[in-house]
Amino acid sequence: MLPLVTKNLGFKVNGAILINDLSMTLDADGVSVVMGPNGAGKSVLLRLLHGLMEPTSGTIRWAGQAPDEWLRRRQAMMFQRPILLRRSVRANMDFALRQRARGNQREKIDALLGHVGLKDLAERPARRLSGGEQQRLALARALALEPEVLFMDEPAASLDPASTVTIETVVRELKESGTKVVFVTHDVAQARRIADDIVFLHRGRLLEQSDAVTFFEQPSSSEARQYLDGKIII
Amino acid sequence: MTYTVRKPLRLIAVTALAGFITAASWASIVAADDDSIILQSTTSTLNSGLYDFLLPEFTAKTGITVNVVAVGTGQAIKNAVNGDGDVLLVHAKPAEEKFVADGFGVERFDVMYNDFIVVGLPSDPAGLREAKTATDALTRIAKADALFASRGDNSGTHKKEMSLWKSAGIDPTTASGEWYRETGSGMGATLNAAVGMGAYTMTDRATWISFKNKGDYIIVLEGDDALFNQYGITLVNPQKHPHVNVKAGQAFIDWILSDEGQAKIAAYTLDGQQLFFPNAGTK
Amino acid sequence: MQDFAESFAIAFTLVVQLDPDLMEIVGLSLKVSLSAVAVSALIGLPLGAALGMARFPGRSVFIVLVNALMGMPPVVVGLLVYLMLSNAGPFGWMRLLYSPGAMIIAQTILITPIIAALTRDIVERLHEEYADYFRSLGVSSAGCLGALLWDARYSLLTVGLAGFGRAIAEVGAVMIVGGNIDHLTRVMTTAIALETSKGDLALALALGVILLALALTVNASVMLLRGTAVRTAYA
Repeated sequence: MLPLVTKNLGFKVNGAILINDLSMTLDADGVSVVMGPNGAGKSVLLRLLHGLMEPTSGTIRWAGQAPDEWLRRRQAMMFQRPILLRRSVRANMDFALRQRARGNQREKIDALLGHVGLKDLAERPARRLSGGEQQRLALARALALEPEVLFMDEPAASLDPASTVTIETVVRELKESGTKVVFVTHDVAQARRIADDIVFLHRGRLLEQSDAVTFFEQPSSSEARQYLDGKIII
Repeated sequence: MTYTVRKPLRLIAVTALAGFITAASWASIVAADDDSIILQSTTSTLNSGLYDFLLPEFTAKTGITVNVVAVGTGQAIKNAVNGDGDVLLVHAKPAEEKFVADGFGVERFDVMYNDFIVVGLPSDPAGLREAKTATDALTRIAKADALFASRGDNSGTHKKEMSLWKSAGIDPTTASGEWYRETGSGMGATLNAAVGMGAYTMTDRATWISFKNKGDYIIVLEGDDALFNQYGITLVNPQKHPHVNVKAGQAFIDWILSDEGQAKIAAYTLDGQQLFFPNAGTK
Repeated sequence: MQDFAESFAIAFTLVVQLDPDLMEIVGLSLKVSLSAVAVSALIGLPLGAALGMARFPGRSVFIVLVNALMGMPPVVVGLLVYLMLSNAGPFGWMRLLYSPGAMIIAQTILITPIIAALTRDIVERLHEEYADYFRSLGVSSAGCLGALLWDARYSLLTVGLAGFGRAIAEVGAVMIVGGNIDHLTRVMTTAIALETSKGDLALALALGVILLALALTVNASVMLLRGTAVRTAYA
């Protein structure tokens, strides 16, 4: 379904412009990391691309095709604060799987939970897990859908190191298996670890899109330079 | 962030429909059976315990269950006009005769009588105990602006009370809310209210005798012929309402008018007092 | 007031003796009101949930209407049902007037708006939380509805209780459509009204005490169930 092409993408709410005239192309391979300071529009962009919100102007095309329900079902998304059902860990997995296929998938669930280190917690209520465990469950749940594209909206913000490692490991595995990952973070170190190319946003605009090495060595915009130097940019 | 419009709406419609069908099917299971009649009657006859005394014997004899709906005479007649009953047993002769004349009832028969009384505080502020007649008593109440609690509900008792005011030449409703208090409730509730506010009120004797919240109230007026209280029974006309259980309804009427039924009415006493006096067959 | 002491004594005696008339009346009260709650839940839960998650033109008008219907006086409901079920009315052929069925219908109409309105409120808040995930996952409308109701089930128990409380306590509607017929349609509240009208205030109050105890028992058992569930953390 890739490449993903946006043209003059815009999103306005009550007169506030959150995404401004954004045109870009995301290719099939590699991990794309969306970076930028808080309020740059990273989450909004991700939600527009996944189709959780409709853009107020411009277009999104998946390999030339307009987004629809069926294209979205081939994608998955992880939120900064995982949205977990008020059920057990296993039931959360089961609910997600049932949206794609019928039947008992106990073994698949066990394998996925084992993969993210939650096997022993399968019968626990999902919302009683720690923050890191919750996000790992969200990850396992997203993997269960076997998406072609996975959007991850700061999944590792304020997580324990072990959970962060699990998430980054899975991102690398996905990349190797050919799944496209679009990953939002404002953690420069994390971006350096996982990014193949960078989309840099500032105040709703695309300031820079380049491969990771170029971006980190020779950022072309002054904002990106300042950002990488750890300065506050306005 | 929105779902498509049509799906939830259809879902609402389908579930509502399913719900009502379930409700209706369950409800029909628990509806009344065929070997029973609905008797539209008055609170005075039910509250006095008369039916608890009469009906078990009738049911034992015939196997017919009599379901008593006790409301004011006005509402009982209205319900019978709507066909929501098989037999009518109330106490407002002119209204009952109109019910028959309008074709809603087959024929009206006298069943029994007792009398109305006026009850009040022992201090008797309007001096009703000295009154010779009912009209005299009401005139005294009006003159003294003494509190009077009226049913105000178009019941048999209320109709009787209004006819007495009329013959006294007084329109008490002009003082409504002042000394004339219309409760708009049944006899028991009106008695409770009268006792609560120290008002006179008119009641049938059966309800009074069986009433348990008398306080220190006493009978201050009784014995005038104008206070006669006649009960009559009428079969609801099957020509107006074909589902009327004519067989069972007529059986009940025949029984209550028979020597056996009449004797049973006469035998009912409370605190040693006879509450109803059978008079079937007299015209 | 010696009435209070007397009432508790009477209530105690009636309960201890398992007075058959009382048992019959209590049984019918429970049967009628629990049936009404069940049917109302069948209608009100999906209706409320659909209102909570769907966005369609006229939705706010609909919500205001449902909320307003919560305040419907039981007497008015009773009168409407009477007019419908009367032999002179459109559904007279069903022969339901003066039957427990009529009472269930009246109470169902009375409490369905309560169930729907409270469900809407609960489901709407839950849906705000779940909406992004459901949309991302591509869950169907019916699937959302079911999942929201299921995940809100312990909160919805309270909704059922609110409906049950109103149903078991109301007298106006069942009096009109049931007729307070002995051994057929007499329930706790109409029995209390009858004893009051007989001036037997002590017995009326005693029945009131028993009704209260009944409501307390039902509430306590449901809340206990919910409490256990919350402790085991599905809240």
